[in-house]
Amino acid sequence: MRDGGGSAALLLLADGRLPAGSYAHSGGLEPAVASGRVVDMAGLERFLIGRAETAGLIVAAFAAAACACAARDDITAMAGLETELDARIPSAELRKVSRDLGRQLRRAMGAVHPHPHYAALGAAPHHPVVLGVVAAALGLDPRDAALAILHENNAGAAAAAAKVMRVDPFDVHAIIARMAGRLDQLAGIAANAAAGPAADLPSPGSPLADIAAEHHRRSDVRLFAS
Amino acid sequence: MTDQTTNDRRALRLGVAGPVGTGKSSVIATLCRHLRDEFAIGVITNDIYTDEDARFLKSAGVLPEERIRAVETGACPHTAIRDDVTMNLMAVEDMERDFAPLDIVLIESGGDNLTATFSPALVDAQLFVLDVAGGGDVARKGGPGIGRADLLVINKIDLGPHVDVDVEQMVADAERARDGAPVLALSRKRPETVDKLCDWVRGLHESFAAGGHVPIDPGPMAPHHHAHDDGHHHHHGHGHRHDHTHTPAHHHAHE
Repeated sequence: MRDGGGSAALLLLADGRLPAGSYAHSGGLEPAVASGRVVDMAGLERFLIGRAETAGLIVAAFAAAACACAARDDITAMAGLETELDARIPSAELRKVSRDLGRQLRRAMGAVHPHPHYAALGAAPHHPVVLGVVAAALGLDPRDAALAILHENNAGAAAAAAKVMRVDPFDVHAIIARMAGRLDQLAGIAANAAAGPAADLPSPGSPLADIAAEHHRRSDVRLFAS
Repeated sequence: MTDQTTNDRRALRLGVAGPVGTGKSSVIATLCRHLRDEFAIGVITNDIYTDEDARFLKSAGVLPEERIRAVETGACPHTAIRDDVTMNLMAVEDMERDFAPLDIVLIESGGDNLTATFSPALVDAQLFVLDVAGGGDVARKGGPGIGRADLLVINKIDLGPHVDVDVEQMVADAERARDGAPVLALSRKRPETVDKLCDWVRGLHESFAAGGHVPIDPGPMAPHHHAHDDGHHHHHGHGHRHDHTHTPAHHHAHE
């Protein structure tokens, strides 16, 4: 753990205003609302918790693992992480979204905070892998990487609520505030898991979210890309 | 590999902005139709809901389908061309890489309001498109796009009499709001106006290819001011910097 240093870098990485294109995605909220599965604030909170505990924990663990590998200049380990993460995302659409967001984050950080590791990540690396490598380049540790991606994913989906649901934005942020302790815990779990083999990284699933993402891609009218 | 373009002979990136329904897609279709034999062209569209604009351009058959790509902006068309251009920048760079060498990439913004302009990080130059049907007073309102885009297009001038808009007055208002920078009255039903639009793009490309073009930034939403108010600006026709190399074709639009 860093002692006091790096906090500002962590905020930079987790800030939705980082120009890497994440605003175009709702984290699966738009299809969940469109299909009537999320209709009110209680439903939104359950959705966000469920997402953090499943997809959130997975990407957090992979971001932490990528950060740990990058910190010891072990870039060859990234290919294994890519394969393991592919295996945890059944939806081809969501795998593509993850790789698109990964390319975008790398493109942005290549200009914002260049590092030789970025170029070694292949043509279209997964978002959590890029985020972990970027976190290491910013001097952050694996738990920071996990926390950054958990927060960014959660806040991004929550922000989408204002566009796809009838909400009071204060209520939305109240959910985020209530989830703060949970995200801290998940980041700790992710960082611990990252110390072990890639094959043993967490793999909780939410199959309906994957199916919904495939339906969303085929819908004629949508606000968000995913 | 990374995704940054290293080829310094990349395409001219030309943005097309303006409010919903003023004819941005139509202007792009017109440019493609008239310039595709002279230039290798690609198009990036930014849609708000889906890929409607890309589909329109593909169905119009103005370019091979694979040279028209849509970027989904998550209901934030303004952000995608200004605050966070990463998605569009990558779409442009991918297009340039996949179809190298391209001469011109046209980027259509999602229909937005009068304050939306492209970041100079994304485009080398930009058109701002108004139309007479949106009201004759719109040009007078100014704003960054109307005031300082490289070219202001006032579209659908053939509709003037039907919507009680005095086209000459609207153009004069626009020229005043732009301190004399170019304003082009356009109708795709009047070939001479289409020729002027194409000549403007030819001149811009010539200037860009010669290395003399310097992108200007229309800037964020700000009160319109005249160039002589602050002593730093200069009267320089269409607002390019001093080191910009003018070509005669550049001025066609407002001759």
